[in-house]
Amino acid sequence: MSTEVVMPQMGESIAEGTITKWLKKVGERVERDEPLFEISTDKVDAEIPSPAAGVLTEVRFNEGDTVEVNSVVAVLDGEGGQTVSAAPAVEEVKPAEKPQPKAEPPAPPTPPPPVEAAPPKTVEPPTPAPVSQPAAAAAAVKALEESIEELRKTKSSPLVRKIAQEHGVDISKLEGTGLSGRVTKNDILSYIESSGARPGSGPIIEAPRVTPAQPIPDMPASPAPKPVAGDHVEQMSVMRKKIAEHMVLSRRTSAHVTTVYEIDMTRIAKLRDTKRDDFYQRTGTKLTFMPFVFEAVNKALRKFPIFNAQVTGDQIIYKQDINLGMAVALDWGLIVPVIKRADDLSISGLARAANDLADRARTKQLKPDEVAGGTFTITNPGVFGGLFGTPIINQPQLAILGVGKIEKRAKVLTTPDGDDFIGIRWMAYFALSFDHRVIDGADAERFLAFVKEQLETGDFSV
Amino acid sequence: MSTAVKKEHKSARPERGGPATLVEAIRQGIWEEMERDPTVFVIGEDVGMYGGAFKVTDGLLDEFGEERVIDTPISEGAIVGAACGAALMGMRPVAEFQFIDFISAGFDLLTNYAAKCRYRWGASIPAVFRGPCGSGVRTGPFHSLNAESFFLNTAGLKIVEPSTAYDAKGLIKAAIRDPDPVLYFEHKKLYRLPRLREELPSDDYIVEIGKARIVREGRDLSIITFGAMVLTALDAAAELEKEGLDVEIIDLRTLAPLDKQTIIASVKKTSRALVLHEASRTGGIGGEIAAMLAEEAFEWLDAPVIRVASIDTPVPYSPPLEDYYLPQTKDVVSAARKLAGY
Repeated sequence: MSTEVVMPQMGESIAEGTITKWLKKVGERVERDEPLFEISTDKVDAEIPSPAAGVLTEVRFNEGDTVEVNSVVAVLDGEGGQTVSAAPAVEEVKPAEKPQPKAEPPAPPTPPPPVEAAPPKTVEPPTPAPVSQPAAAAAAVKALEESIEELRKTKSSPLVRKIAQEHGVDISKLEGTGLSGRVTKNDILSYIESSGARPGSGPIIEAPRVTPAQPIPDMPASPAPKPVAGDHVEQMSVMRKKIAEHMVLSRRTSAHVTTVYEIDMTRIAKLRDTKRDDFYQRTGTKLTFMPFVFEAVNKALRKFPIFNAQVTGDQIIYKQDINLGMAVALDWGLIVPVIKRADDLSISGLARAANDLADRARTKQLKPDEVAGGTFTITNPGVFGGLFGTPIINQPQLAILGVGKIEKRAKVLTTPDGDDFIGIRWMAYFALSFDHRVIDGADAERFLAFVKEQLETGDFSV
Repeated sequence: MSTAVKKEHKSARPERGGPATLVEAIRQGIWEEMERDPTVFVIGEDVGMYGGAFKVTDGLLDEFGEERVIDTPISEGAIVGAACGAALMGMRPVAEFQFIDFISAGFDLLTNYAAKCRYRWGASIPAVFRGPCGSGVRTGPFHSLNAESFFLNTAGLKIVEPSTAYDAKGLIKAAIRDPDPVLYFEHKKLYRLPRLREELPSDDYIVEIGKARIVREGRDLSIITFGAMVLTALDAAAELEKEGLDVEIIDLRTLAPLDKQTIIASVKKTSRALVLHEASRTGGIGGEIAAMLAEEAFEWLDAPVIRVASIDTPVPYSPPLEDYYLPQTKDVVSAARKLAGY
């Protein structure tokens, strides 16, 4: 007899727990009520006692995994075992449409779960076989779990079904943003709004994808402009088409918000002035403001890792490396070479890498992997005089920083005695566009405030 | 609490209106009703000379005399019985339980007598049964009860519980004027909470029994709650707002009869409902509201109705355990997040 060990619910409103430690290894024997694993939830950390005596035969989750309550986390084999207590009513089991993902422990050949409602007896093999019962029960649980996922998608909710019926929408054809991809009220309302929902019509809402290769679905297009006499028509270059696609894709993918800080660069300007000649002689490269910005951003990305992350489905990937993309304007377009592991580099390393990449971008000598793998991008419209812009995020990244023109401005300053006066300072606007899907305004403020603090008061060794 | 201590100074008559905490608002309300109507009187343990364990009836004895402010022996049965008898003879008693936990000692008379008099004989019992309820103030298993569920299943009893000073005064006055028995629960954590001090109108007003109040408008989900949990809901809503979730909060104010109209109107708007209460989950009012929504607003729901409530144990003595027992802001936040993400 085997016993399935489930993640217990450690209090109302707790839906999941994290396994912090397995106290037994697979193959070890455990007594009933002996601590089997440790968990940590929103509320408590606890040792979970074994529900039965036996040998631990299977551990389904690793330490550190967060598991929904009532999920099976381990299997025990041995005397005093019992099947998973809550064997669900099989009437509710819909036929599983996908094959079972995992083979069950050896059991006598069981007929496949019959289609439609079948009482539990018919699932069992005719001959009494003690081992099959838990296996059948486990299969039923699994089928039920899968069918709940399916049910959420096909049945959604009473409200969504009602709206779908009123507008003749087939909800199973939509992709939703709710639990298990369920179509929510907002999903169907925005679908109806965008499609004008004719009864029986069924274009599918495309979930935004993050591959530039993906063709962009047609926008509710305004009529294509036609050239008239005297106009000049030119085919777009591959780069231009890619940029066009990518820009529109990005706007469709991310919820862009831009916040702007004014940063006093006077300290950096002075530092740069005193070190400029020495730096050039030492490194053979010019010392601009940008390496300082890069370094400040590196520190900010380490402090606020969500800015160095990517979204996939409903998960967030926090990138280990900081690979800074830097937008380089070209006569024929735009390219974003990447400084790999930028936070390993010193100011001179950053300056060298940046100048080298920019030079080679302009001479078309970049290698493919030098324009890939960026985790955060910095753009510098200030070199042309722009005060600030609202840059578009370079997918699949989550944020982009635009550095405006660094120029002398009259600023009101305060002496330590509290007297105000007007001083001439090197100032610049820093505009941070971020993806509000996963980054909140407060986080963006903290990020930029930290960059500002670094540039205005931080230590830089040149 | 049986030691009645003679007070040295005379407690002043409360101002009519002006800034008041919840406890002052109740006291104002009772005082004004006693002035307005000579049949109104107060009865309970230590309500007279001592002014009540929480000073709700402070000063009433000096002002209205022993015939209208009656100290009783420690017998809730006697208090309820005397109140019912007086009410049948045309009086309007305001009976106090020192802690609402002890209402169970008057249970028989409340449920079998007070609640059914009108139904059986057409005789009305215009009595108010009031007292401090609620946990979160480290008063352990015998002084922390939320008793509404005992009585929700008894037809014939009205139940109110205010969460603001304004409502506290308006509801006690409405309860005293009501022709039928009203249970008036006062959350002891709110009595002197500075956050609840507010300017009360100086004119005579009541808050109608049976009407909920929209505390905060929102479009993403509705939190249906009452009593001290209104504040927890407000704190959670402020937190959720930072995540872009726009939460509507309904303060029931009256638990029986339930203001279904307001609840359903809100759920029709948001399509997602979270019921939050302090009493234990099983058999709590949350289940009743969830069932009502399933019956009457099914087609408007975009997610299952969720309950956040205390766990099914007595209220613990230990502060950390009591915090664990009681719904906290973060519990509401995470439940609301899940509900919104459904």
